[in-house]
Amino acid sequence: MTDKARQIEALRRRYLELKAAGDQAAPKALPGATALDEAPLTTNLIRHRETVPGGWYWTARLKRGERLRIINTNATPGVAFFMWNADDTSERYNSADTMKLQWTAALPKGRVLFSDMGRVMTSIVEDTSGAHDTVVGGSTPASNAAKYGDGALRNSQENLRLAASKFGLGKRDLAPAISFFSPVSVDADGKFTWREGVTKPGDFVELRAEMNLLIALSNCPHPFSPGAYAPSDIEAVIWQGAPPLADDLCRTATAEAVRGFENTDPLFA
Amino acid sequence: MSIICTPAADLDPAAAAYDFTIPANRPWSHVVKAGQTLRIVDLEGCQAVDTLFYAAADFSERYSAQDTLLAQGSAYVTTGTKLMSNEGNVMLTVVADSCGRHDTSAGACSCEANTVRFGHHTRYMHACRENFVVELAKHGLTKRDIVPNINFFMNVPIDPHGGLAIVDGISVPGSHVDMVAAMDVLCVISNCPQVNNPCNGFDPTPVRILIWNGEAA
Ligand SMILES: [Zn+2]
Repeated sequence: MTDKARQIEALRRRYLELKAAGDQAAPKALPGATALDEAPLTTNLIRHRETVPGGWYWTARLKRGERLRIINTNATPGVAFFMWNADDTSERYNSADTMKLQWTAALPKGRVLFSDMGRVMTSIVEDTSGAHDTVVGGSTPASNAAKYGDGALRNSQENLRLAASKFGLGKRDLAPAISFFSPVSVDADGKFTWREGVTKPGDFVELRAEMNLLIALSNCPHPFSPGAYAPSDIEAVIWQGAPPLADDLCRTATAEAVRGFENTDPLFA
Repeated sequence: MSIICTPAADLDPAAAAYDFTIPANRPWSHVVKAGQTLRIVDLEGCQAVDTLFYAAADFSERYSAQDTLLAQGSAYVTTGTKLMSNEGNVMLTVVADSCGRHDTSAGACSCEANTVRFGHHTRYMHACRENFVVELAKHGLTKRDIVPNINFFMNVPIDPHGGLAIVDGISVPGSHVDMVAAMDVLCVISNCPQVNNPCNGFDPTPVRILIWNGEAA
């Protein structure tokens, strides 16, 4: 064996070890979905609560440690979401890193959402549906035109641009979004499929801010959701949950999350 | 998993308007005009070619992985895929593909992501987003303009439960992909320097870029 071949073999071995560790730490170790009546909100710790009408967008600033609960009151199929580091908006949500760093496109309770700087932006601390899509993202004028025959219906691409503009940000500051409550799967041939019956009225997802954040949210149906265009109210709640303990699920679920927090925490040391 | 390969159009490399070999690990950029055919050749096989496109007339219009996947309803790039912009316009169409499988979900490697994926000891290893920043700077663009890209010749299957991993590539020496530009586009490539996963067979190698003028050109 040549030196080069030996070097390639050593690198391959290390990769396979990491992959095996990642696979092993993957969904098996996660606790499963939150029940609808589990994790009640502590009402005196709520800082802000707002109803976002169907088709509309919403923005917020979250401080590290604060939580955002998005309540899908009427099981509207899809809430697109994007975020920036409030202290340096060049750092932002990165869908690709979020998937590859955790070896999965599935993002249920226990997973974290990564920035483009190898840091954790938010942890998914509660989640009743486990049905979130960050591969395909939100709707666009073209997808509404194709699906509903009306490109003028409100859509997530324009909503996220509107939300970004309210922070003084623009089109260049946007990148692929995540769509909550959007059960999209990839079949064996690579085709996207929508899993019916996965989301239900009252589903919620709760994100804990791991850095100071600017949040943009669009309450429009996912482009692959079946049925007519009928988004309805969702609720956005900002509240102060308990701080993470040393054995916090999201901080410790995988070796990758641990290293992600090792990159994040020094910003606040 | 069905992989459909289509042979290259009958294009003579000697007749190309542009012919350049990007060395292993290096960035590159060039404007491809509407109607021209861009070919990327994986000279030695199993080399990820991280690629971004910007509308030459307005760099704020750029390749969008999500618009591309949305338009075609499936997760991988191959013959027939229309590469879409963030304005919903077709930038290029893949017209031939001897490999049959290219990724646009997993994005480019970076020094920072490498620390999370492979350990903090990989912090100071050259990475695609370093290449992108250096090449984009020549056109007045910055890190802010980097979005999740296409990884030509990179195999990243997503299983029905969402599992995703970068696995051994299926490109062989001489594998190529042909695209016809629908608008003038700035093509920016990072010939991926990653050695910590199979995207480059743990051994980065050069790729060749050929551009032919279209019928109308
Ligand atoms: Zn790379």
